[in-house]
Amino acid sequence: MSVSAIPIWIVVLIKSAVVLGVVITTFAYSMLAERKVMGWMQLRPGPNRVGPWGLLQPAADAVKMIFKEDLTPDTADPLIYRLAPFISLICAMGVFAIIPFSASADGTLWSVGNVNAGILFIFAIGSIGVYGISLAGWASGSKFPLLGSVRSTAQMISYELSMTMSVIGVLILTGSTALGDIVNAQLRLWFVIPQIIGFLIYVITAVAETNRAPFDLVEAETELVGGFHTEYSGLRFGLFFIAEYLNMITVSCLATLLFLGGWNSPIPGLPSGGFVGLGWFILKAAAFLFFYIWLRSTLPRFRYDRLMDFGWKVLLPVATLNLILTAVAVAVWPTHA
Amino acid sequence: MRKNLFNVGALMRGFSTTFSYMFKKMPTIQYPSVKKQHAPRFHGLHELRRYDDGKERCIGCELCAIACPANAITVIGAENTPEDRRSPGERYAARYEIDELRCIFCGLCEEACPTDAIVLTPRFEMADYRRGAFVYAKDRLLVPPEAGTGTPPDERPNGIPADLGGVMRAKDTVDIAEGYDATNRGHILRTQRRGLAALRQTQDEPR
Ligand code: SF4
Ligand code: SF4
Repeated sequence: MSVSAIPIWIVVLIKSAVVLGVVITTFAYSMLAERKVMGWMQLRPGPNRVGPWGLLQPAADAVKMIFKEDLTPDTADPLIYRLAPFISLICAMGVFAIIPFSASADGTLWSVGNVNAGILFIFAIGSIGVYGISLAGWASGSKFPLLGSVRSTAQMISYELSMTMSVIGVLILTGSTALGDIVNAQLRLWFVIPQIIGFLIYVITAVAETNRAPFDLVEAETELVGGFHTEYSGLRFGLFFIAEYLNMITVSCLATLLFLGGWNSPIPGLPSGGFVGLGWFILKAAAFLFFYIWLRSTLPRFRYDRLMDFGWKVLLPVATLNLILTAVAVAVWPTHA
Repeated sequence: MRKNLFNVGALMRGFSTTFSYMFKKMPTIQYPSVKKQHAPRFHGLHELRRYDDGKERCIGCELCAIACPANAITVIGAENTPEDRRSPGERYAARYEIDELRCIFCGLCEEACPTDAIVLTPRFEMADYRRGAFVYAKDRLLVPPEAGTGTPPDERPNGIPADLGGVMRAKDTVDIAEGYDATNRGHILRTQRRGLAALRQTQDEPR
């Protein structure tokens, strides 16, 4: 193929640009979708003034964000305060470098880069993203952001454990940490069936990891004004906002890859892979995103001690049990994998 | 805590409620483009009426100003002269001002007026950028001669019509921008009168 004649860095650059463009657009419209769907669930129409059916609302929001004043409190640590949103955003974006959205017939993954330790990379980057939130609250030099960031640190650590545990079940079944292998292993049976407990734990912890309702104690506007981003305004606030939604999209993509068969069709026999596979992938991820919004408009926020209780006393033991059971099952019936 | 957390039935009820609400009819009225029909006795912006011959009804008696609980009305009367006859009586209102920011829209001025000159119309879109703009003088209160006499309160339909909750379509309603435009006032008044006349007809029919 003539494609191989093009230097690899150009290929990667083009791929990155495409993925970034798509992801940012997805962010913009998942935000609109959230406001719309939440509106419908609360018997409101949601935004419908900017453009037909409110479709230009994200653009209007972006313009508003850009032209708002960017304030830095006197008590803030200026460097870290300014840096924090970028840590959040870069980590949220970096993950998309290795997420495969589909695969060609010859098995080539449709991703910017193909990392063998894909899932580990994602978790590593995701964990660094917590620094964005923690440092933002810490550097704001004000009490509510500080409380928010303390909460975020505790919450992230407790739920990240269970999240990783729930995913290890999938890794045991596949015997690989490469995302492509994980999806290919689900050709016959999606992992959501043998790993139903793992899936449930993943869903719960994913919501907590992305600081979304009902686990949005980091923001908790009724108690903490705005939590870690209380002092942020304008574009810097916007960056946190983008990061939050990108994280949502990331965990939705991950759920699709790990448990819902990635780009494989739901019914064996239908075409998967290629653009059809991309369609399946988007459909599954979108369903997961919808679930997020649904969750937000249904459940009230957790109380902080219950959040900790739930994470350590329920999710972690159950995830561990699931892990042990999976390991035993794979050891007893090795062909099962 | 465990009991609450694992009450799956309650969780499911919550989720099904929010999901089913997605498909319910919204009570939202797309306000500036679609307007709700108000009650016929709605108390809104005032107007000063005229007689059929075009003379002002107000005789500058200041009874409305005395009746007003909010001290919103200022009337300064003047004598009619044979050359400049504004009203049928001896006097007319040289200045007539209502501060709509003070007004509580109680309608007592309407009750007090011996000549049915001051009445409250159903217009309510009075928003403006300056406080001063809410002091309505005769130029904005008095019905323009070409717009007729204004609707007397007791000729407005009584009671609350059955279609109170009904929604008027955008093309049937007055454009909000015109509401600010004093030159279009006659048009607005006519439109409102047409609407009220239509309402009255629908009310009278069953009897
Ligand atoms: S409606 Fe009531 S408050 Fe308003 S001007 Fe008339 S009497 Fe005064
Ligand atoms: S509006 Fe009526 S009550 Fe008021 S001054 Fe004129 S005539 Fe008298």
